Amino acid sequence: MSSREKILATVLHNQPQLTPLPDISIFKVHNQDIVQKYIDTFIGIGGKIFSVESIDAVKILIPENFDITKRIVTTLPELTDVAELYSPTADPHSFQDVELAIINAHFSVAENGAVWLTEPVMGHRILPYICQHLAVIVSATSIVSTMHDAYARIGEDEYGFGAFIGGPSKTADIEQALVMGAHGPITMTVFIIK
Amino acid sequence: MNTKEHATLAENFNKDEERVNWHDGSLWWIRQKRDKIANQTPQWEELREAASAIKSNVLSNLHDYLLQFESNLQKNGIKVHWAEDAAEHNEIVYSILKEKNITQMGKSKSMLTEQCHLNEYLEERGIDVINSDLGEYIQQLDKEPPSHIVLPCIHKRKEEIGELFHEYLGTEKGLSDPTLLTRAARKHLRNVFLTRRAALTGVNFGVAETGEYIVCTNEGNADMGAHLSEVQIASMGIEKLIPQKKHLGVFLRLLARSATGQPITIYSSHFRKPRPKQEMHLILVDAGRSRQLGLVDFRDSLKCIKCGGCMNTCPVYRKGGGLSYHNTITGPIGAILAPNLDMKEHADLPFASTLCGSCSNVCPVKINIHEQLYKWRQEIVKQGYATNKKSLGIKIMSWTLSSPGTYKTTGKVGRFVLKHLPFVLNNKINPWYKQRDMPQAPKESFDEWYAKNKDKS
Amino acid sequence: MTVGLFIPCYVNQFYPHAAIATLQLLQKTGVDVVYPPKQTCCGQPMANSGFEYLTEDCNDLFIENFSAFDYVVAPSASCVLHIKDHLHSQKNNEQATLLRAKIYELVEFLTDILKVEKLEACFPHKVGIHHSCHGLRGLHLSQMSELVAPEFSKPQYLLNMVQGLELITLDRQDECCGFGGTFCVTEEAVSVKMGKDRVNDHIKNGAEYITSSDLSCLMHLEGILHRNKSAVKIIHIAEILNSTL
Repeated sequence: MSSREKILATVLHNQPQLTPLPDISIFKVHNQDIVQKYIDTFIGIGGKIFSVESIDAVKILIPENFDITKRIVTTLPELTDVAELYSPTADPHSFQDVELAIINAHFSVAENGAVWLTEPVMGHRILPYICQHLAVIVSATSIVSTMHDAYARIGEDEYGFGAFIGGPSKTADIEQALVMGAHGPITMTVFIIK
Repeated sequence: MNTKEHATLAENFNKDEERVNWHDGSLWWIRQKRDKIANQTPQWEELREAASAIKSNVLSNLHDYLLQFESNLQKNGIKVHWAEDAAEHNEIVYSILKEKNITQMGKSKSMLTEQCHLNEYLEERGIDVINSDLGEYIQQLDKEPPSHIVLPCIHKRKEEIGELFHEYLGTEKGLSDPTLLTRAARKHLRNVFLTRRAALTGVNFGVAETGEYIVCTNEGNADMGAHLSEVQIASMGIEKLIPQKKHLGVFLRLLARSATGQPITIYSSHFRKPRPKQEMHLILVDAGRSRQLGLVDFRDSLKCIKCGGCMNTCPVYRKGGGLSYHNTITGPIGAILAPNLDMKEHADLPFASTLCGSCSNVCPVKINIHEQLYKWRQEIVKQGYATNKKSLGIKIMSWTLSSPGTYKTTGKVGRFVLKHLPFVLNNKINPWYKQRDMPQAPKESFDEWYAKNKDKS
Repeated sequence: MTVGLFIPCYVNQFYPHAAIATLQLLQKTGVDVVYPPKQTCCGQPMANSGFEYLTEDCNDLFIENFSAFDYVVAPSASCVLHIKDHLHSQKNNEQATLLRAKIYELVEFLTDILKVEKLEACFPHKVGIHHSCHGLRGLHLSQMSELVAPEFSKPQYLLNMVQGLELITLDRQDECCGFGGTFCVTEEAVSVKMGKDRVNDHIKNGAEYITSSDLSCLMHLEGILHRNKSAVKIIHIAEILNSTL
């Protein structure tokens, strides 16, 4: 008998009587002003937010807020004025010197500030993690209230890799002192487009 | 005194009261953060109830969910392996790496691989493993196990960490600033991520419905390792399954709030298919879990989502230290999981508690931890692991308390001794007396007062 | 209604005043209280140490003593909880089941059964409530700080009826004191540390008296207070509720 067969047999023998799944449609949160809730939450986590009218405003804010002498990469063709358009065939390691990555998100979640990304908007899986600073463009109308709404939005999308990213990387492993910038980006900026 | 027992280790920990106060204060603060965010989350208690019910369903249908999960993983292009025990798990990891001639690996947090002693196994066979989670990295440098499943070096002062980094990373002597120390680790570990071809992660949740698995971190180390790797391995306990993707909504809302008081971990990564030119493996590990599933009183401990909330609230954990549990998983949850794995080694753990019940109240999946601690005590005594001294003492107590006559005489003798011969009890042999005064002997017991006064009122 | 008074072993031997106060308090409310003289113990010390299987004789003695009453009341949350959860008898299981439903700790008996609304009591002192874990998380005498649920406190409700009494607020309202039965000697270091921290919380916040439904906790705290020559005293809640000027 293989380990697989042994494990399955023991599990089948030992598992208790079937109990039903609960109804989780009862979890609903209504937000008076969902955009404000998102903004407050994300700032509370240590992120930075700009509310803008259009992507053109982003083009102006980038050089004002980031060091444009360093390498800036984007997945958005509209931003090639201020950033290098990523190459889909590049080796992931080649992004190690990226100072700022600018990508967009499918949607974001008000209760925790997280954005939802899959490969088409990340460009490469490594890009939102390896950059020193991350900037994400989010549309105000795409903000959802809770994780339950988020998974309803994601639905049956068959991504190869999907990620919630809820702020700059952090650790408090040293005496519970909060340090921004563990192994992922040191800062995260969200541009909300109305 | 057995130096490997909780009581002795906790006593040693208490020799430095200032340090205990600091450790206790740090963890209590995290418990308070958890309270704050729980009170801001609508339907919090209903969420706990739902999570508990989902996990009950998983345990009651684990066989079919495992098959469904395996089938979907394979459809997604992930290679599935099954390991009955720690040794088999370690062999599988080794064979995957050996096949590709890989001699270096980065590992993000996985309590399972810590339990399996994977790092030592691989190192004996010429494969170098670095733990990339900052807390685990620090513990690895110090050759010490983690003291907490979420906050691995919560027991260490920043000066101690500074000394380690000075020795191993060449940072300035005396440097203890957390930000500067973290930056030094960031630089060093970044190089590890960029140069290692293999990455191993743990699994927070595996979704049977879709064949994907979720890894949660705040540091981004799991992703830095995984997305740069040629070979990505995930080690998963068989109990970590959830039925459907939508259930992640419940668990991801509870996990970080219960652990650290955050609304969500910074990174919640959903791995479903390998990248082009990448190999992904998932190892399903039993290592005592299927046996625990069959223990009616103790199976619910398998619901655990490893948030560490029970450790943060437990006064014995906070004031006795995590390493005093001498087990990979420490704290209250560790005390109810460990006796199943090795009762002889861990017979002391269910007794390292006052059964206060705080743990059960913070548990996001409502495991009845304090009740299981009580039940393990009965089991341990039944199997003969209580000390002889304790057994004899308890048998005498039982005999005395079953007989009213003996009881009254004993009570009278006890009070007499306390009053007239205090040195019998006020001495170094009596553990009560070490730091506490004995209760004072009243002139008569209630029985005696009642006998005199019952006809008066 | 007849009430059987159950006085835990250590209360009987070391804190008879709490037992007397309980008796007198119940009599004041007009209840017919009987004290069965052959009672001993609830069996908890054995059971919590893993020796539940040795408590059969103790259980039978308890059933023999107390089955006849409408209610059984004890000034000890931990003993009451133990009986409620663990009283079983091979000989007398029906009686055991009935008893488990009619045993009450003193505070909950006053609030839930007698529905007391006022007390002729006076205790002009600053008092800190120590919520024993068995009373709090076992018998739900008050709301538990871990839960997201409405606040309530049965002991506080009663203490608010006492003239002159001022309740203090603690930093940690319901952390365990560290007594835990045999834990207090088998894990002496942690037990004492837990007790010291509770005592310091009360002292820091101005308590003159520490009160509780459980004298086991109070005995442990008192040991620490006396060793450290503190002026703070412990007192069972029955004695406060029964006190007059």
